[in-house]
Amino acid sequence: MTIAASANPLAGRALVGRTRDEIAARVAADLVDGYTVNLGVGIPLLVPHHLPTDVEVFLQSENGILGMGPHPGEGNEDPDLTDAGKQPASLIPGGSIVDSATSFAIIRGGHLDVTILGALQVSEDGDLANWYVPGRHPAVGGAMDLVAGTPEVWVCMEHVDRAGNPKIVPACTFPLTGAGVVTRVYTDLASFRFDDGVLVLTECAPGITLDDVRAVTTARFEVAAFE
Amino acid sequence: MIDKYRDDLLAVLDVIPSGASIAVGGFGSSGRPDALLDGLCALDRRDLHLIVNNVGNDYTGIGRLVAERRVRRFTGSFPVLPEFYDEYFAGQVELELVPQGALAERMRAGGAGIAAFFTPSSAGTMLADGTFPLRYGPDGVAEYLPAKESREFEGRPHVLELGIVADFALVKAQQGDRKGNLRYHLSARNFNPPAAMCGRTTFAEVEQLVDVDVLGPDDVHTPGVFVDHLVMTAASVPADPAVAFGGSR
Repeated sequence: MTIAASANPLAGRALVGRTRDEIAARVAADLVDGYTVNLGVGIPLLVPHHLPTDVEVFLQSENGILGMGPHPGEGNEDPDLTDAGKQPASLIPGGSIVDSATSFAIIRGGHLDVTILGALQVSEDGDLANWYVPGRHPAVGGAMDLVAGTPEVWVCMEHVDRAGNPKIVPACTFPLTGAGVVTRVYTDLASFRFDDGVLVLTECAPGITLDDVRAVTTARFEVAAFE
Repeated sequence: MIDKYRDDLLAVLDVIPSGASIAVGGFGSSGRPDALLDGLCALDRRDLHLIVNNVGNDYTGIGRLVAERRVRRFTGSFPVLPEFYDEYFAGQVELELVPQGALAERMRAGGAGIAAFFTPSSAGTMLADGTFPLRYGPDGVAEYLPAKESREFEGRPHVLELGIVADFALVKAQQGDRKGNLRYHLSARNFNPPAAMCGRTTFAEVEQLVDVDVLGPDDVHTPGVFVDHLVMTAASVPADPAVAFGGSR
């Protein structure tokens, strides 16, 4: 994406980092063969398209599907098999179905390896805000259970919002989904992880410098020795 | 003889009064008991407290009840219908917003005789700290969702969630038999088993009414002990294809 220079006076030039698909590909490269993963709407749903062929990942859908496959194709839709966004889904061999209470036992009980979701804001303490913009329509779905229960919570999002405001911030101003829950962040400009509660920059996207990232990140962060 | 099958849906649904609390299965329109929900409209029931995950984005199922202003309180996780929010901000419907997993477990717990449980979901958020608007009035927020009791377990904050026992439950299954045994199809199962457990009186609508020896004991998802009344989701389809297809084949 491109950040308009006017919205980003510190940078002084347009930053062109990873596309949404390239962010998804970057996340996919970190998934380990055998993982069971829950995907949120937006960029996370692009991740399966970028999985290496030798990596098998089991997708969980909060409405009770383990081993969810892609859209079944025109004419093969079944109203009794839908994903968390109510869109037609399919099952892969070895897939299974559970009820909602068991689905969230899987989620809350820490049985998923990773949940990948979008965010409005991530704080330097690993707080996540992704469910509600005050003044708009509040709806929470399974987000609070997913971040409370999954050991690895990976956020993928644009580095700044549409107005150019940083989304990786000292403290979230939007209502929290969970406190101290985020373990990794992947954006168009950079990748971060939390080490013992400290936000650490682990990588800049191709063509992006450390100064570029600093200019659009208000959260404090350390820099891993990647350069 | 145990026979929970009822021919006349409206006659049996008539026991549900206006003002009742009703747990409902379904995730969006998948597995949602629309025949029973339409029955509540036909019987002109109002002032209802619905415990259900979604208000979908059209005027079917829960959305129809909302659009016809029959809902007093919604306990769920994901309403999307714009008219729902119009009613919420106008103070016409209460929104008890619950994380989806907490909702499912509250239903299961209520049905299992567990009064309350501690969960980490929503700890440290506005759904737990008493700042989320439950109800609006003429001058803004009239009442907030009560703060949840909190307690630390192994160094992590948890909040107390109450089990739900509803006056009634409405569920949908693909197959059912006259003893009330139910079998769901794929992801249409979703909230139906926990909803069926938490109703003091539970109604199930089924696509197919099968003989009692069709569902094997290992294949029953909701045993009939949780079901009081069984109805057809649509006009019953005769087993004989020649009859089912009007004798055209």
